[in-house]
Amino acid sequence: MSPKARNGKDARADRDGKPGRKPAKGGAAVDDGAGTIPPAAPVIVPAAGGSGLRRVVITGAGTINALGRDVPSTLAAFRDGRCGITQLDFRDVDRLTIQIGAQVHDWQPEEYFNRQQILLYDKFTQFTLLAAKEAVAQSGLAFHGELGLCSGVVLGTAGGGLNTWDENYRVVYEEGKNRVHPFVVPKLMNNAAASHVSMEFGLRGPAFTVATACASSNHAMGLAFQMVRSGGAQVMLTGGAEAMLCFGGVKAWEGLRVMSRDACRPFSANRNGMVQGEGAGVFVFEDYDHARARGAEILAEVVGFAMSADAQDIVMPSAQGAERAITGAMRDARLNPEDVGYINAHGTGTAANDKTECAAVAHAFGHHADRLMISSTKSMHGHIIGGTGAVELLACIMALRDGVVAPTIGYQEPDPECALDVVPNTAREASVGAVLSNAFAFGGLNAVLALRRA
Amino acid sequence: MTTDVHDRIIAIIAEQAMLDPSEIRAEMTPADLGIDSLGMVESIFAIEEAFDISIPFNANEPEKSDFDVSTMGSIVAAVEKLVAGKG
Repeated sequence: MSPKARNGKDARADRDGKPGRKPAKGGAAVDDGAGTIPPAAPVIVPAAGGSGLRRVVITGAGTINALGRDVPSTLAAFRDGRCGITQLDFRDVDRLTIQIGAQVHDWQPEEYFNRQQILLYDKFTQFTLLAAKEAVAQSGLAFHGELGLCSGVVLGTAGGGLNTWDENYRVVYEEGKNRVHPFVVPKLMNNAAASHVSMEFGLRGPAFTVATACASSNHAMGLAFQMVRSGGAQVMLTGGAEAMLCFGGVKAWEGLRVMSRDACRPFSANRNGMVQGEGAGVFVFEDYDHARARGAEILAEVVGFAMSADAQDIVMPSAQGAERAITGAMRDARLNPEDVGYINAHGTGTAANDKTECAAVAHAFGHHADRLMISSTKSMHGHIIGGTGAVELLACIMALRDGVVAPTIGYQEPDPECALDVVPNTAREASVGAVLSNAFAFGGLNAVLALRRA
Repeated sequence: MTTDVHDRIIAIIAEQAMLDPSEIRAEMTPADLGIDSLGMVESIFAIEEAFDISIPFNANEPEKSDFDVSTMGSIVAAVEKLVAGKG
């Protein structure tokens, strides 16, 4: 490259580096240009109890997934045991071996976003913003002034703007074009959704994205919990999203030969693989005292989180690694095994995950393993990869708040290696005081959350 | 032709197992050769590429697959059938 070309490139980078580009619509415009002295960070009053730790509650929830475009419709589907898995519908689907998924059909971004926003928002960002708006609306929070300074967002995604990668690789490789849209990079980057959420609501504290494959949103929500609990933030928007249902996204998964061609049947002896889904879940995690002081409705309390690494195999799960995350979350939450009434399982419907997860739960809970309920809602909304833990947290909240445990649908044959109460096929009414939500990712990365009834 | 198919399959599996092709016998199972499920998926991919065939194999239920991977002999027979059916 000639020095001239290099200079030209640098000059453009400088221009890009300047602040100012914002979507046409967005949150409060905030200019924190370099050199401006920010106002002093608000002081969070020390927690009562002497531990220095603050209680963390959920005051808002939002989602979009194949079962519905908001929380009420998703919970209704959970109660009805409705399946969101259908024939996939996108370009070149006929070249795929796997043609089913839990897709958000008839998705028209124009219904929610203007032209300029659509140019900047990949589908995973669109899903995230929709879920975040629902969650924030329910919480009743507004983030102007000091609250915005000590509030943030941490989200999980595995693939980020995968549709954007897919579409633009097609343009340059298949169609042979030599030019792509100028916003390809800001659209596909994994932190795009977190950044747009921060802009939309004026969240000016900690903001970042976590990518740990299928555990991404559990890791994100765990970190959000720890931040609010430690006093590092007063409110965190958290959860995750995935929009991997495109030709390249599904083709890559086909290679591993772990996908089912017909259905997702977690824990069933005749299960034959996972089915991908897409969507987002976003929650408002708030300091308990703050929520109480403003009279907010509390959906559930987040009481514990633990993560562990198998340090063993890039795809095969380890029961010991999963068990350490489960027991760690209970210890962090000061819960005894018998306090836990329900576990939202990772429950992918693969041969390997389900038997490993059941072994981990059996070891972690001992005798109580036979008395608790464990279900996989992936049988309904599919495996939403980096966003899956967030959508699954809705089933945890439903169990605590509504006393309804979401079922594992598609269950046909008992498997002696999965001999737990998997709430087969039909939702169940039960009074549940505490729950866990499991996520065990490729790469051997485990993240488990513990929640209590508010 | 058949010998050629046989030898190429054995070569692919031997490479995966990090053994010499002469050490591989028809009655051996993937486990005998130290090939785990991911190794099996890799071997099947390599065989598909080598013969330009599509092998119906789901790692979740290898025993239910139309493609019998229980021994080296059954793998060779199944591939030969697919290669013959291609023409």
